[in-house]
Amino acid sequence: MSSTEIGYIRKELPEKIKTIGLTLFVVGTALGIIGFLIDPQRASLSYLVTFMFLVSIGVGSLFLVALEYAVGADWSTPFRRISEFLAAVIPFLIILVIPLLFNLKYIFPWTHKSIVDSSVMLRGKTPYLNIPFFIIRSIGIFLIWWVFYYFIIRNSRKQDTTKDQYLTKKNINISSGFIPVFGISITAIAFDWMMSLEPNWFSTIFGVYYFSGTVWCALAALTLIVILLNEHGYLHSKIKSEHYYTLGLLMFAFTVFWAYIAFSQYLLIWYADLPDETIWFMHRWVGGWKVVSLAIVFTHFIFPFFYLLSYNVKMQAKKLKFIAIWILCAHFLDLYWLVMPGMSTNGYQYSFSWMDLVFPVAAVGLIILIFKSLSHKYNLLPIGDPKLQRGLDFHL
Amino acid sequence: MNENKVLHSVAALFDTPDKIINAARKVKDAGYTMFDVNTSYPVHGMDKAMGLGQSKIGYVTLFFGFAGAVFIFLFMGWSMAINYPYIVGGKPFFPYQAFIPITFEVTVLCGSIATVVGMLAVFFNLPFLSHPIHDSNYIKEVSVDKFGVVIEAEDPLFDKNKVVEFLKNLGAGKIEFIYEPEKQAIKILQPKFIVFLAVVAALTSFSTYFTLNKLMYIVPFNWMDNQKKSNPQSETNFFYDGYAMRTPVEGTVARGFMPYPFHEQALPSEPLANPTLPTKQILKIGQEKFLTFCSPCHGNYAEGVSRLMGQFPPGPTLHSAKIIGYSDGMIYNIITNGQNAMPSYAYQIPREQRWAIIDYIRVLQRAQNPKPSDFQAIKELNKESGKNVVN
Repeated sequence: MSSTEIGYIRKELPEKIKTIGLTLFVVGTALGIIGFLIDPQRASLSYLVTFMFLVSIGVGSLFLVALEYAVGADWSTPFRRISEFLAAVIPFLIILVIPLLFNLKYIFPWTHKSIVDSSVMLRGKTPYLNIPFFIIRSIGIFLIWWVFYYFIIRNSRKQDTTKDQYLTKKNINISSGFIPVFGISITAIAFDWMMSLEPNWFSTIFGVYYFSGTVWCALAALTLIVILLNEHGYLHSKIKSEHYYTLGLLMFAFTVFWAYIAFSQYLLIWYADLPDETIWFMHRWVGGWKVVSLAIVFTHFIFPFFYLLSYNVKMQAKKLKFIAIWILCAHFLDLYWLVMPGMSTNGYQYSFSWMDLVFPVAAVGLIILIFKSLSHKYNLLPIGDPKLQRGLDFHL
Repeated sequence: MNENKVLHSVAALFDTPDKIINAARKVKDAGYTMFDVNTSYPVHGMDKAMGLGQSKIGYVTLFFGFAGAVFIFLFMGWSMAINYPYIVGGKPFFPYQAFIPITFEVTVLCGSIATVVGMLAVFFNLPFLSHPIHDSNYIKEVSVDKFGVVIEAEDPLFDKNKVVEFLKNLGAGKIEFIYEPEKQAIKILQPKFIVFLAVVAALTSFSTYFTLNKLMYIVPFNWMDNQKKSNPQSETNFFYDGYAMRTPVEGTVARGFMPYPFHEQALPSEPLANPTLPTKQILKIGQEKFLTFCSPCHGNYAEGVSRLMGQFPPGPTLHSAKIIGYSDGMIYNIITNGQNAMPSYAYQIPREQRWAIIDYIRVLQRAQNPKPSDFQAIKELNKESGKNVVN
């Protein structure tokens, strides 16, 4: 199957995108560095939120790619490459984590000996929560993700030129290996980087909670980019509202899944009403955080649920674009809500800071730059994939 | 042979999904509106080929799902907070968080049942339980490996010969005429159906009985019986005194209960004030409770002559100078703690009613020893009402 048969005409993305990405990235990074110089404590927490957001986008997208291979889906094959480009954030995570590793003492209460000594529970957790093991774990997980990313993406790209169907089979095997590894590693990352902000608190479902958010967020990013590119004719004329509908359907499913998991976590803690467990929600129910908590319920579940319920919304590119942006913002707010109220356990008083808005700008710039440079080198459609034609012909 | 029967539709069979998609498109383009397509598995793109709009069944699901959610949420709220207010696990009377899982499930249940029933209602035109094509050869073929189109006789463009010609031109393999069956309402009391019901009832009863009375006592389902716990009213070696049940810690006070500070004291060490006012309402309560609890010994008018007739040490008159001189608090103390042969009434009579009884005793005492001003007041009352209230 050649590219002419499929009818994909490769077009270069405009240079303007690179300028926008570069501007956002440079401005964001510069302000971020200033932030770190002024107030490293506050800056490292703001940075952590954005870092987790990038983890969401990167590993969530790689999960979508692996999922497509593992279940043999063909409707999503035409835009698998978009997810692959987004997953290219993964190799950068190992660099991006460095500023955090140098500021662990500002972020995590368990790095302070006095706090650990004061709590029986924290002393018991020391074999897991100690700085060397923590760093090994994080770097190790990012490396494992990178290895999977490398092999899956390498095979996928090779197929563009070789058209070798055996590569799909190979990727199915790698993906099937990746999914369980992903399940465990995303839990470890969620526990390490977000749950241990309040180290006395624990919730076994926390990893699943973060997982539901990552996939939701990766889907929204995918939807947004697919629609933007396709509207301007960079993808394929055969990608149409029925493809959008299916993306909308998955976003809807993950909206409900997130709510299910979030409520499961809340209900058990609410029922048992044990001080050790409720303290986490109490931190999120004082002062202005009460408003944020209610806003999470609205932005993360109620609004997307009722909005995406409609068939017509899912068929319309414009409305899906809106909800995709909404979802990306809602996921960021969710991460912010997970990280920030825990500051008080480390002895700081929370207040909103301009830095909270600086790092996401740099992150968006980074994603645009990565996307632009990869689209310069590779096709936006996996033209060698045997499932591509079926994906393009997809009907409801 | 078939002349009496009404033609329902003409059905045509096709061999491949591509042919059926093509046929559906052609039938639609020819202007037919009352037609349907039957395939043994979902053929993608069929909706568009048939020119179907968006299905309306979603609205049925939405309405009933939403109705189920609202109903069950309000029902739980009503039963937990209004009809029988009951605290479970220290939660409020209206623990809406606990309602959410059930609300969710009832939403799904109502939505899905309504979808299926709604669909059947539309297809079968309930209360009829079958569609004319059910008894045809056509449906048998279509359920296995063929793809079929049915054009109904009610279509405004329908003309038997033209339709047959049209379908043949499309490349149909076999063409079948489907006739309307004689319409029958549902026959509930068929022997077959009754036997079926009886079998279902017997099976359900047996499996329920077996599960609850036998299965639960078979390993491993009975493991729950052998827990490491102590049952109420039993012995245990866990506690030093050997009792499984614990007594409340000393000084424990029941919720909503105000302990009496002068328990088993002949005289309250501090003066107690009567919190009630002798209003008509209070005196009525006091009279009722006095007649119930006090009059058997002290007499209906507290005069010490009672129904006991000496079978039991008689209660003293409450009109003696000594008792008239008692403070309200002192009488309250006696009712609460008891005195001499009189037992404590603290458990029979709630606090407010004890005070009301005291108010009533004061009325009885005043009636036996009226002041001159009382006579004046009664005279005035008599004048006003025109009757003799008291002679």
